[in-house]
Amino acid sequence: MSRLASPVAGPRVRLPEAGSAWRQPLAVTGLVIIAAWLLVAIFAPLLQPYDALAQGTPMLAAPSSAHLLGTDALGRDVLSRVIAGSRVSIPSALILVIASLVVGAVIGAVAGYLGGWVDEVLMRCTDMVLAFPTIILAMVVAAALGPSIRNAIIAIVVVNWPQYARVTRSLVLGLKTREFVVAGRLLGNGPLTSLRRDILPNIAAPVLVLATLDFGNAILALSGLSFLGLGTVPPTAEWGSMVSDGMQAFDSWWIGTSAGVAIFTIVLAFNFVGDALRDSLDPQARRLVKEH
Amino acid sequence: MSHQQALAPPADQVRGRRAHPLARYIAARLGISVLLLWGITLVTFILTNLVPADPLAAVLGDQAAADPVIVAQYRKQMGLNAPLPLQYWHYLVRLLHGNLGTSAQTRNPVAADLATVFPATAELSCFVLVASVLLGVGLGLYAALRHRRLADQVIRFASVTGISMPTFWLALLAFYVFFYKLRWLPGSGRLDPTLTPPPHVTGFYTIDAALAGQWSVLGNALGHLVLPGLVLTLYMMGLLVRFTRSAILDVLNEPYVTAARAKGLGPGRIIVGYVLRGALLPILTMVGLAFGSLLSGAVLTEQVFAWNGLGQYAFLAATKLDLQAIMGVAIVVGAVYIVINFIVDLLTGVIDPRVRRG
Repeated sequence: MSRLASPVAGPRVRLPEAGSAWRQPLAVTGLVIIAAWLLVAIFAPLLQPYDALAQGTPMLAAPSSAHLLGTDALGRDVLSRVIAGSRVSIPSALILVIASLVVGAVIGAVAGYLGGWVDEVLMRCTDMVLAFPTIILAMVVAAALGPSIRNAIIAIVVVNWPQYARVTRSLVLGLKTREFVVAGRLLGNGPLTSLRRDILPNIAAPVLVLATLDFGNAILALSGLSFLGLGTVPPTAEWGSMVSDGMQAFDSWWIGTSAGVAIFTIVLAFNFVGDALRDSLDPQARRLVKEH
Repeated sequence: MSHQQALAPPADQVRGRRAHPLARYIAARLGISVLLLWGITLVTFILTNLVPADPLAAVLGDQAAADPVIVAQYRKQMGLNAPLPLQYWHYLVRLLHGNLGTSAQTRNPVAADLATVFPATAELSCFVLVASVLLGVGLGLYAALRHRRLADQVIRFASVTGISMPTFWLALLAFYVFFYKLRWLPGSGRLDPTLTPPPHVTGFYTIDAALAGQWSVLGNALGHLVLPGLVLTLYMMGLLVRFTRSAILDVLNEPYVTAARAKGLGPGRIIVGYVLRGALLPILTMVGLAFGSLLSGAVLTEQVFAWNGLGQYAFLAATKLDLQAIMGVAIVVGAVYIVINFIVDLLTGVIDPRVRRG
């Protein structure tokens, strides 16, 4: 059987595992890293050895016992700035993902549930936004609104919601003709009640998995805009702008490297967890929530 | 009765005017592409008119922008006093004549600016696309065939790492190590400053140099492509490996692959004729969609490697609120993306008859 199912892959067959997320070392590693970063963000004021904004005398000092990750061009402690950066990146990425999810899911659900010309119009709009490369449209919006972390979030939400709309729409399309949904409608549920009571519980899991996978992208996009100078404004300790600082002070490799490792670890962790969650979805939903 | 039915021509031919399904499919896709292009012009126009910051200050300079006479004259000259729908109409007519306006930044026509920066990004993107499709699809296929074995785990881990690296940071690392420290590869620009670009034919320095027979320039241009190309390839490859792997795994579970196996076909024929063929369409679609990510990555990478392309131009335009230039970039990039996905749709229709019937 297994040979037939995977002719060239040898005798191993893919078994549906119960609670597979916990059996995978990568997923557990990811969860540990995420938990660690959350703790760092929560207890940042206690963990920072120095004030993240305080300028001091040893400028561009290499890592030492006094400054574990060295100092930057203004003599600020890099470790403190990396820790403080977690309080910028993690909450903003969270807001970004939640906002994209809400906007996208509502549009997708309305399109899928109502169908007809509403569906056609909404999905064409979705395609249109998808046709813009994320960063260019985000750059236009961020530049037009002026650089700030709030505007960077708005800019990315503007380009980020379509993926949620597409997945939600496909899920709703698959569900709305199912017997239990039709039965609910016959019992007198209005469209809103039907969406909330019968459809929402059945689409929540795949959409949340998509959000987990998207969290890493959100951090990358936000730090990318900040790297370009279209996110946070200078004194703020933000990882993307720290990498940009590192580009200005080339010999002081520790500035850019520390911030880069911070971004990399948290994005990697969310991708590990997202992959594991995705694998635990049923095959139909899994196909919708593409690996990206 | 049944005899007559058998002799009667198929329904499709009775309605003689009905076009070939493939032609209809192409027409429908083309219509959608044109609609999308029009939508892009509308979106960019609306976005740039919503700008709360005053673009006039950016165009005229702060001093002139403070003088109401100059501002009024400028607004009149640029037709900014007309109602918005009329302005949009003028804009659209201008666009159809290939006029993208004048950049406030460079004082050149935007179309001319784009014609010089676009080939730089296109050259980099083509290089990355070819490298990452070859490597990404190859490794993804191999990983799927070695599902859950060591090779699969290693490739999977490497591809997640690839997509989790911030492109701009990876670019900086590559720049620091291979250019600044080791001096193995050139780090910035498209050519060494001592060399003059080859005569303009395609705008791709590599191709132009080869056409002109300037082999040292060709070598130099290739050397400059390596670092930014590598950085972007790592990211694109990660995307494609992950997608190819799951597409192939899906196909491996299809009954027709089992049937091919049961017929006694060898693994080589099954992979090429059945598995790859079945996974070709989703992979093709993914490559088209991933092209958008490639352009986004190019913006950040160009910044690090001082690659004088669309990304750098867009960045300068965005930070200086050079609206005509931003609109030009958005339209060109959107158009490229739409054309690429139109080609992908066409290929899909040609390869898979089911698509054009639906």
